[in-house]
Amino acid sequence: MKLLDQDLSFEALNGAVAAYAATADEAGLLAFCSAVKESGGRLVALWGCDERKRGQGFVLNVACGIEKGMAIVSLPLPATDPEYPDLSEIFPAANRLQRAVFDLLGIRARGGDPRPWLRHANWPADFFPLRRDCDASQRFPARNEDYAFVRVEGDGVHEIPVGPIHAGIIEPGHFRFSIVGEKVLRLEQRFGWTHKGIEKRFEQMSLADGYRLAGRVSGDSTVAYAWAYCQAAEALTSTQAPARALWLRALFLERERVANHLGDLGYLGNDAALSFGLSQFMRLKEDWQRLSGALFGHRLMMDAIVPGGVACDLSRDGGEQISSQCDAIEREVLILKNIYDEHAGLQDRFLTTGRLDPALAAELSVCGLVGRASSQAWDLRTQNPVAPYDQLETQIVTHRAGDVAARVAVRFEELIESLRLIRRIVSQLPQGERILPLAAPGADTGMGIGWVEGWRGDVLVALAADPEGNIRRCHCHDPSWLIWPALEHAIMGNIVPDFPLINKSFNLSYSGQDS
Amino acid sequence: MYPIFKQILKTGIKSEVPPQPDQALRVTAARLEDAMLKTLGRALVIRHIDAGSCNGCEVEIHALSNPYYNLEGLGIRFAASPKHADLLLVTGPVAKNMETALKRAYECTPAPKLVVAVGDCGISGGIFGESYASCGRVANVIPVDVIVPGCPPTPEALLTGILTAISAR
Ligand code: SF4
Repeated sequence: MKLLDQDLSFEALNGAVAAYAATADEAGLLAFCSAVKESGGRLVALWGCDERKRGQGFVLNVACGIEKGMAIVSLPLPATDPEYPDLSEIFPAANRLQRAVFDLLGIRARGGDPRPWLRHANWPADFFPLRRDCDASQRFPARNEDYAFVRVEGDGVHEIPVGPIHAGIIEPGHFRFSIVGEKVLRLEQRFGWTHKGIEKRFEQMSLADGYRLAGRVSGDSTVAYAWAYCQAAEALTSTQAPARALWLRALFLERERVANHLGDLGYLGNDAALSFGLSQFMRLKEDWQRLSGALFGHRLMMDAIVPGGVACDLSRDGGEQISSQCDAIEREVLILKNIYDEHAGLQDRFLTTGRLDPALAAELSVCGLVGRASSQAWDLRTQNPVAPYDQLETQIVTHRAGDVAARVAVRFEELIESLRLIRRIVSQLPQGERILPLAAPGADTGMGIGWVEGWRGDVLVALAADPEGNIRRCHCHDPSWLIWPALEHAIMGNIVPDFPLINKSFNLSYSGQDS
Repeated sequence: MYPIFKQILKTGIKSEVPPQPDQALRVTAARLEDAMLKTLGRALVIRHIDAGSCNGCEVEIHALSNPYYNLEGLGIRFAASPKHADLLLVTGPVAKNMETALKRAYECTPAPKLVVAVGDCGISGGIFGESYASCGRVANVIPVDVIVPGCPPTPEALLTGILTAISAR
């Protein structure tokens, strides 16, 4: 099949997700990426594989979001000196992804930014952990890195370096601010601190148990990752999870969205000096997490989604508890929303602060709730809905202003919509099995794809296995990859003291992008 | 202002009774004298350090400050700098890229330098194990006093661990 009128022949991939794959040469890849850009599409992910043991070379995969779903173009590369054209000219967001691919596999973007991303100076420059023949148990001494930050020069310009350890309960990362007076001229991020070698670790796991690791790529999105992983594993083994399991997965996913939105709304009030908001929303979040713990055995619902189905069921009584809690939380949230809306001090801090222009958001392939607050109308639950979302009529929430206020508004509205979805899921939950056994793949598999709209944005898992069901490659992609660069722009021209507020309004994952 | 006061009054006091210390969580003998513990018990300053966690542990550490666990009500608060801390609350397997930063933070921390290793990752490296990118458990990099199991530990377990670190044996 052809997509976007390009000369590539795509085939629909097996499984629940609307994903299409094609192989291309360099010219075909470039032309396709340009066509995606022109049609209003976006870059979703970019990753590499070492297929040398299977008699091939390396492969670069580029996943794009288009109206029909996900289009994945694979570019075969030679076993020696693998190189591909720099895609950051078309998709600026490719920059960091390309650098990460080089750090992990030694596949280079010709003419691209040569600086490392995940590799600090703590392992050698020619050590590529994701090469199949690389012994990743090797240990190297820690060394200091001299990273080439971009310098801003001029009268009165100075730098503030922040991190990796931040002044709060936050994940580690480094921010380099160039400022004049209080005004931020430029922010440059340096990440990779929490890189734990997750993708290499997957190679020691089987299809049946990898979901636990996927659920720990970014703990606050454990449900989204576990579901995406299971979609991919089920696609590879032609397993169809039972209907009841799919509905319960959506229940968990929406509960995860509500939990995170509640917490964020509290912290956003707090960062604008309304600590009342924090205690109120954190109280609601605690009530919410306690019910998850009581009903599903885990406050974050880790490991609740497993290949073939779900690990826990919902009783009628549990369903009633969920519905009545949704009513109670909704009442409270509406009261608090009113207080936030009417609070002059809060609105003064929120409005026009940290603005991400919609055109820039499109240029940078920004996805998720940050994207939706800047007019980027991407939400898999409405555009490419898998069951049960195809029956739930999810309302997408978008705003145009792109400021902190818009990101707050998106959270409020999505939260209310998720409460509606949860009540509906509970009332229409189909009867039947909650899990089916996962078959062995039986042969060397191609690529299985999982793609889930988590609370932060779309999570992608690309998975391949050998005939016995051992994982050959598992790539987990966090939406934060595509949103972090936008923060560098949103802060420009704002004052340094507004950075915590703006950063919180993005609330991106470090662990998810470092993995 | 009126809706805020009304909401506060309607919410009431949610704080719960804190858990008791659990000496089984100690990995080293208690190092502090009773007189010091009495002071720390009323004013403990914690510096949280994420040394490579998946951020699940952070979700639960945040919960400690909610009205139910009311950490500040117990005289315990989080500081922005290790230089102001009595206790380091360390999460994650120690990512190789965080090894130096964690060691430096530990060096900056004044005595008694209590360290609580949080979560299955902090205790053993957890599911991530040890590799080119992961140094594994926290104790592989800095000395640890108390461990808090769980993935992630519940806020109650975290509180138990913190209170154990400042309890007399
Ligand atoms: S213990 Fe669990 S929640 Fe905590 S960092 Fe490790 S995997 Fe994440």
